[in-house]
Formats: sequence, structure tokens, C-alpha cells
Amino acid sequence: MDKNLVKETIARRVALEMNDGDLVNLGIGLPTLVANFIPKDINITLQSENGFVGLGPAPLKGEEDKDLVNAGSQPVTILPGGAFFDSLTSFAIIRGGHLDATVLGALQVDEKGNLANWMIPGKMVPGMGGAMDLVTGAKRVIVAMVHTAKGAHKILKECNLPLTAAGKVDLIITEMGVMKVTNKGLLLTELNPEFTVEDIKKATDAELIISYDLKEMRTS
Amino acid sequence: MNKVIDIEKFSNKIKDGMTIMIGGFLGNGTPETLIDAIVEKGVKNLTIIANDTAFVDKGIGKLIVNKQVKKVITSHIGTNKETGRQLNAGELEVVLVPQGTLAEQVRAGGAGLGGILTPTGLGTIVEENKQKIVVDGKEYLLETPIRADVALIAGSKVDKSGNAYHTKSTRNFNPLMATAADLVVVEAEKVVEIGEIDPDVVMTLGIFVDFVVRGETNG
Repeated sequence: MDKNLVKETIARRVALEMNDGDLVNLGIGLPTLVANFIPKDINITLQSENGFVGLGPAPLKGEEDKDLVNAGSQPVTILPGGAFFDSLTSFAIIRGGHLDATVLGALQVDEKGNLANWMIPGKMVPGMGGAMDLVTGAKRVIVAMVHTAKGAHKILKECNLPLTAAGKVDLIITEMGVMKVTNKGLLLTELNPEFTVEDIKKATDAELIISYDLKEMRTS
Repeated sequence: MNKVIDIEKFSNKIKDGMTIMIGGFLGNGTPETLIDAIVEKGVKNLTIIANDTAFVDKGIGKLIVNKQVKKVITSHIGTNKETGRQLNAGELEVVLVPQGTLAEQVRAGGAGLGGILTPTGLGTIVEENKQKIVVDGKEYLLETPIRADVALIAGSKVDKSGNAYHTKSTRNFNPLMATAADLVVVEAEKVVEIGEIDPDVVMTLGIFVDFVVRGETNG
């Protein structure tokens, strides 16, 4: 699959997980794309952890405001009904169970719902930023990522990188399919028709339980 | 009381080895003029407490690039490759803290609390060497308060007594850091007379602020 199509496929499928009225935090990168594909009849509010709710799209060229950026330092807008606050309130929202969902990328995720996405020891140490609080506090944690890192497994029996949080992931969405974290392991509920069950099993280190009701992966 | 001072007088107060808390989020809402003055003075061995180390040419990043920092307590260093380089070379100590925990530690430092209990970091390396406390059957990490010698914050509109208004996304850590240091300096994008800011919209209280410095940038 083409790289952009891969990202769009994932973002479109994540968008279908949103419910009307949800308050959601989208991570930087691929998860940000989800905002472009929210179904027309669904209204969600986006939180930006640097200090506001009502996050809107990028401004038109020339209309950027230096005092209004997202958590990735990019110029953004705020929608009617939005509000600004300090970092204490921002993390009261995040940690206090007020977020319906958070969507993040991963370096590794495993069949127990463990997530690693903040460092590779000795190699890359960006820091956790708000990710540990988001994963700990949000009602639903959705991992949105490309299924493998250029063929290397990312969905594992057990993460071997330092964790972001233990046992908090609810759902994993990749270009190959949709996997639910259950107490029996990862349940494959939807498969992209571009791939076979064998393809996705091969691309996954964790044991995949194939749902009796396996469906074609939806994108709209 | 008029707390406005010039940048030289501010610069004289900053010494080698100080612990300095700095507001801002990737440079947004960061007191750039105050940071530039510290860069120019060249004091060394600073400990910096801040959300992130911004970029090599912006905000706190400039202090890192100028090798004035021995230790940084922060949630994110990924946007400043020099921080990562100094960390890997053993030139800089970096203590990484979850962002929400850092905010609450600063609040505790400023609010007279002995710490805070958070579930964030449980089951990760963040819990190493920390006390775990069970409340109503739920486990939490005890995170201790953080204070600094100096807090440097940025205000969009600041009156001469230090009452500050922070516009849009520039608020972030600024109001809380103003409570948690022995010396608090606000860089004002715009200085106004006492009484010109509606008391209903004061976000950082002048009672926490020692000095106000006129700045150019707050972006």
C-alpha cells in the first residue's frame, strides 16, 4: 500500500470510533489526521494538552497567531465554544477521567495492552510529554499506527522497550486491521481486504485470536 | 507598588548554580527576553525546570545550546537535538517527568503541600525509587513537591504590580510556576498601569511576583 493511503486508511477507521459529544485528545502525527475524517453527523471536541479545548484546523496562510499553537508547536485555531486554561486544568481533564478517548502512536504495543512510545534507551529519548497521563487517564486508549516498522514487529507478546503505561490500551488500529485488547489476548475484529489472515499473522508477533465474526475493515 | 525593573537589574540577580523554573510550552509563552539576558551573562551550572527544552534557537533551548545547564527536569526533550546530544555525551543530566506530574509537583511546591498522589507512571520506570500509597484500594505514586530559586514567566499583559494576563495558549505552566520560587520575575509583552487589568481576568497574581521586565517576544 502507498504510504499516504496507509495513513489515511488508519485515520479513517479511527474516526469511526468517535461518538457524538466525545472529548478527545489526538496525538501528534498520524493521530492528528483523524480530525479530517470524523463523520458529518458526529460532533467531537478536541483537547490540546498545552491548554485548550475546541481545537480547530490550521489557520489560513497569513492568519497564524503566534499565541495560538497546538502541543506540537504548530499554528492552529480555536472553535466557538472553546476555552483556554493552564497546565493544571489541562491534566485534570486528562488524568481525571474527563477524556472519552485518546489516540496515540506506538513504538510497541503488546497483547496485555501495554504501550511503549516514549523512548529507545541509548538511541532516542524524546521524553513522555503528556503521553503517560493521557494513557493513564483517558476512558479509551486507541493506538493508531502502521502495523510494522518496515517489516519489524511492533505488535508483540510483550513489549521490551520502557512502557508508557501498563495494561491501558483498548484498541489497536493499523492499515491491516482492527484488534481489540481482551483478557484472553488480541482479538482481530476487522481485516483490511487488501490482506489475508496469514499476512496479518505474519506481521504480528503477538498471538491473534480471529473473531468468529471477522468483518471487512471499514473506512467510512 | 511599581515592580518594573530593567533587564540589567534582572541579569544581576541570576547567579551560577541557581535552580530556575521557566514557563512556556515549546517556546510558546516563554520569557525570551529574560532567557536572552541569561545567555548573554553566561552563568553556568544551572538547573532548569520546564515543560520541555523547546528548540535550539528558541526558548529554553538557547540555554542548553550555550552549555549553561547541568541538569534539566522536564517532560520532553525531543524537539531539541542538542539536549539529546548532551544527554548521550554525559554532559547534561536529564530527569524526565510526565507532564501532568510535573505540573502538580510545581503546584505542590507553591501550595505548601508535601506532595501529590498520581496513578501516572505506575508499571513504568517512572515508579522506580518512589513510594506507592494505596487509597481506597487504588494504587498511586507519591510525587514530591518542586520549588526553585527563581521562576521566570511570560505575560501578555502585566500591570506594574505584577498581575498578569496570559493570552490563548501562552498560559500553560506560567501561573503555577509563579507560586513555587523564592524570586519570581514576569516578562511582560505589554506593561499597563495598576488597575488596567480587570481583576476578573488576572491569571497570575501580582502578590506572587517580585519583578516585572518589559519584553519584546512572547511567542
